[in-house]
Amino acid sequence: MRRGLVIVFAIAVGLLTSVPLTAHHTASTLYTEKIVTVKGVVKSWLWSNPHCLLTFDVTGEAGKVVLWRAETQAPNTAYTEGYRANSFKPGDEVTVTMRSAVSGGPFGLLAQVVLADGTKFGSVDSGRGRGRGGDPQ
Amino acid sequence: MRLRIDGYGKEMLGLLGAVLILAVSLFAQNGSTPKWPEPVPNRQAIAAKDKKPAPRRSLVGMWGSMPGNRQATNQSSGVQLKPNNGRPENQLPYTPYGFELYKSHKPLEGVDAVPPAGTNDPRVRCEPLGLPRHNHYDLGIQIFQDEFKIAMLYQYDSQWRVIWTDGRPLPKLVDGGGVEINGQYREPRWFGYSVGKWMDDYTLDVETVGTMPEQRVWLDNTGRPISDQLRIRETFRRVDYDTLEWSETIEDPKVYTRSWQTMKLPMMLQDPRTDLMTRYCSPSEVDAYNKAYGDAVSGK
Repeated sequence: MRRGLVIVFAIAVGLLTSVPLTAHHTASTLYTEKIVTVKGVVKSWLWSNPHCLLTFDVTGEAGKVVLWRAETQAPNTAYTEGYRANSFKPGDEVTVTMRSAVSGGPFGLLAQVVLADGTKFGSVDSGRGRGRGGDPQ
Repeated sequence: MRLRIDGYGKEMLGLLGAVLILAVSLFAQNGSTPKWPEPVPNRQAIAAKDKKPAPRRSLVGMWGSMPGNRQATNQSSGVQLKPNNGRPENQLPYTPYGFELYKSHKPLEGVDAVPPAGTNDPRVRCEPLGLPRHNHYDLGIQIFQDEFKIAMLYQYDSQWRVIWTDGRPLPKLVDGGGVEINGQYREPRWFGYSVGKWMDDYTLDVETVGTMPEQRVWLDNTGRPISDQLRIRETFRRVDYDTLEWSETIEDPKVYTRSWQTMKLPMMLQDPRTDLMTRYCSPSEVDAYNKAYGDAVSGK
C-alpha cells in the first residue's frame, strides 16, 4: 500500500449547535461540520487526560509531508469506542476520518481510525453524532 | 469377557457418577478464576420480569448511567435539567451579582464557550470541582454506608464525600462563608458539610452547606456560578434494586433569586466487581495537551 495519500474526500454534514466534545471542552468552538478523511503514518499516540491525541504524517501528491494532529475523548470514554493505550504505534498506516478544525490547520476531532489490517476504532457516525449533540459522554 | 452389572453395581455407578458431578461442580465454583470486567460500566437494560425490590435503607453499590444515556450523567453542556444552550426555558434566575459572576467566567462548554486557550475554568488548573459540581461532571459513583454515614466515591479525580446519617444537625451557615458547629466557626470545604435523613425505607433526603466560595468553584462546566451561601438539597430514591433516582435543588440568594432544580437523574446499578477506569486531572498532562494541541488548535 502506498503511504501517505492526501485527502481522500471531504463531506459537508448537517447543522451544528453548541456541542460537547467531551466533558473537557466543547467541539463547537474548535471544529467545523466538515468531515475529512486522510491517509497517513502514525508518529505518536498519546493515551492521556484530558484528551487522547493521534499524531501522524500525511504526504501530499507533490511529496510534501504535513504533520497532522487529531484528538478524541479522555481514555475512559475513548475506551468505549474501541481505543486502547496501545492501539497505535509509530509507523502504522492509518486512514483517519475526522471533523476539520475551524482554524483550517492540520487538526481534527477523531471520528474513526482504520489500520491497514482493517481494524477500526470509533465510527464515522460517532463523529457526526457529536456534531449534532450526540456526545457519547 | 463381558462385564456384568447387577442391581447393586448400578446403584454404585450412579453414586459414583453423582460424586463426580458434585466434584466437578465444586471445582467450577472454587477453582474458577474471577475475571476482570470491563473497566467502564456498561450494564444493559433489565427486563421487567427480572426487576427486584429495593433493599431497605441502602444506597450501596456502583452506580452509572442508564443504558444509552451517558450524556445525562456527563452533563457536559450544563446541569441535566437546565443545559446551557441559550433556550428561554433554560435561562436561570440570576441576581445582578450572579449574572456579573457568570459573565466573568470563560467556560469550555455551553452557549458562551471559548476555545481551550482562553478559559478560566478552575477545573483546567486541576482545582477540585467541589460540591455540587462533582454531581454535574462525568458522574459515576460508588456508595458505601454504615450505621453512621454514607460515603460516596466519585470516579472523576477519585474524590470522596461523606453524608452523616446518625441524626446530627445540619451546621449553621455563616455569612461570608463557612459554618458554625457547636458554637465554633468551621471553614468552608470542597464538599461542604452534609447530613442525611431517611424519609422512608427507600428515600434519603440530604442537605449540604459550607461549600467553597465563588472564587474557587463553579456550578457546572458552562460557567454557571455558585457562592458560599449555597444550600444543596438532594434526594436519593431507591426506585428498585437496580435503579437510583438522584435529585438536586440549589438555593443561593447571593447568585439566584430563587431555588431551582438542577437534576433528577436515574442511575443504574453496575457490576460491583468493576475496577473502574477513573478520570483524573493531572497538571502535567493538561500542560502537555495544551502544548501539543490545545493552544495550536485554538489559534494561540
